[in-house]
Amino acid sequence: MTRVDIRRSTVIGAPVEAVWAVLRDFNGHHAWHPAVSTSAIENGEASDQVGCVRSFRLKDGSRVREQLLFLSDAKRGLSYCILEAQAPLRNYVASMRLRPVTSDDTCLVEWRASFEPPPQHRVRLERFVREEIMEAGFAGLRRALTAGGPAAHLDRTSAPARTSEATEGVEIAITRYGGPEVLVPRRAAIRAPGSGEVRLLQTAVGVNFIDIYCRRGTFDLVPPGGVPGMEAAGVVESVGPGVANVRAGDRVAYACAPPGAYASMRTMRADLLVRLPEPITDEIAAALLLKGISAGFLLHDVAHVRAGETILVHAAAGGVGRIICHWAKALGVTVIGATSSEAKAEQAKRIGCDHVAVTSREDFAEAVLNFTSGRGVDVVFDAVGKDTFEGSVECLAPRGRLISFGQASGDVGAHSIDRLAHRSATVSRPNYVHYTDTSDKMILQSERLFEALRSGAVVSERPRAYPLGNAAVAHADLEGRRTTGSLVLIP
Amino acid sequence: MAKAYSSAVIPAPVTAVWAVVRDFNALPQWTPFVAESRIEQKKASDQIGCIRNFRLKDGGRIREQLLSLSDYEMSFEYSILESPMGVENYIATFRLIPVTDSDHTFAEWTAEFDAAPDREDGLVDSIGRNVFAAGLAALKARFNR
Repeated sequence: MTRVDIRRSTVIGAPVEAVWAVLRDFNGHHAWHPAVSTSAIENGEASDQVGCVRSFRLKDGSRVREQLLFLSDAKRGLSYCILEAQAPLRNYVASMRLRPVTSDDTCLVEWRASFEPPPQHRVRLERFVREEIMEAGFAGLRRALTAGGPAAHLDRTSAPARTSEATEGVEIAITRYGGPEVLVPRRAAIRAPGSGEVRLLQTAVGVNFIDIYCRRGTFDLVPPGGVPGMEAAGVVESVGPGVANVRAGDRVAYACAPPGAYASMRTMRADLLVRLPEPITDEIAAALLLKGISAGFLLHDVAHVRAGETILVHAAAGGVGRIICHWAKALGVTVIGATSSEAKAEQAKRIGCDHVAVTSREDFAEAVLNFTSGRGVDVVFDAVGKDTFEGSVECLAPRGRLISFGQASGDVGAHSIDRLAHRSATVSRPNYVHYTDTSDKMILQSERLFEALRSGAVVSERPRAYPLGNAAVAHADLEGRRTTGSLVLIP
Repeated sequence: MAKAYSSAVIPAPVTAVWAVVRDFNALPQWTPFVAESRIEQKKASDQIGCIRNFRLKDGGRIREQLLSLSDYEMSFEYSILESPMGVENYIATFRLIPVTDSDHTFAEWTAEFDAAPDREDGLVDSIGRNVFAAGLAALKARFNR
């Protein structure tokens, strides 16, 4: 049997002592590795006792047992082997070692693993170890050590001077991955802005499905102990050096990574902030920016929807769905909505859908083929995922485009692309970040949205408001599909 | 036993950096402080046991012997035979490690040696900074162009 050897390495922007403090705890990997949910050392042994066994659960529910073989504070390294795992990682031995980068006080992290895969699984397992274990682990370690995003690291040298200027605020933390109950308010010191940053007094915070994915751990954007939330509106309280696009007192909003919006105050990069035009209230901005920008780039930059086309919009009464429907109608498009209930179907019709398929009583793909006399639709906007993917492909017209932009019902899983050939179909899986990660892109997207609001192509409805401290209730309502339209948290 | 250490990330693939530093006779080509160097007795510069005899820009002469060289580990070790520094039992290791996610190179330079107790700290600092860190900074600058 062939033994394979995998080596990956990265540089982490933190001193070697800080990285070692995190890595040294053989039972602490659930705090930084995104694949690990819970971990315990068997038989009550210490986690730095060579020979101890950590028994841990992965996010996919499976259990792994690993034994510590070597731990050295002098070498800042450890090695371990797998005793039990679902994947056939036979005779798996791995080691991690840190070395200081003295030129800039950062740290090299090396991770090596060798094992004997069954030949038919070799390629898949090598890739799994490289990407899902090592590279994902590096990313998690980096996040754990630079909590608060890149700015926290850049400010490390000047941190002592700033703590004195920190202000106290309230934020909602994800104490561990799980249900709404893991969202807990806590007091927090909100540091003064560093170079290129602002501190915001937040007046309204948007609640989105991505926040739920973060809370559950489906997306590893927020490590346990971190703060979720992608969008908010408020007033600039103070600005750091080098900020030119906003001034103290400006009304602004944002909808961007990194997460951390569930807070009364927040210090963040200034360049992705958008200044709010007068008629748009803070609540509307916080409720609309992320969803409105999403609808905008999905329609214009991803699907390139044109007048005269016919589209299907899943979850047509939902947050992004209703904006897509309304905006598409304004573009001269025939819109078919799909909703889970009759009540939501009524709303979808009020928004302007020409037809609505109710998925609780009919097969939406069949309904779409009926509405279109068997031709199918030019574009499907699908954020439902697993439950609808097959049907969405089914009801595409020749050369149709399926835009899969969410997975409310679960991951769509693996599919053969051969089926797409029946209709020369195109499938896109766009990611918000790639359309909004620079100041220029953000300005383009937000101005398009504000113009659509002015022209009436997008209409804003007053969002349902919850106190910030009730974030868990808001999540439960959104997850339980007890809401239509948008939700905001008010600090 | 005192230990001097310095490390840096060089913005180039490890094979490119190794091609430069592997030559035991190449100090004048990549460090800022060596004026000229030769290998004694016409040996190859990768023959274990060969001695490099070089002159520093400040005039000092040093003789160092290659103890090990590994193309697989991308590292080599050497000892000082003669130098004006006042060190004994001096063994240095130079090692490259690939940084796989950026395709850059981690380079580290370590020396262990004995010296008079009152001079130890000064030597650790001057070797670590003026020799190793300066050498690595020059290597970094060479690939930054």
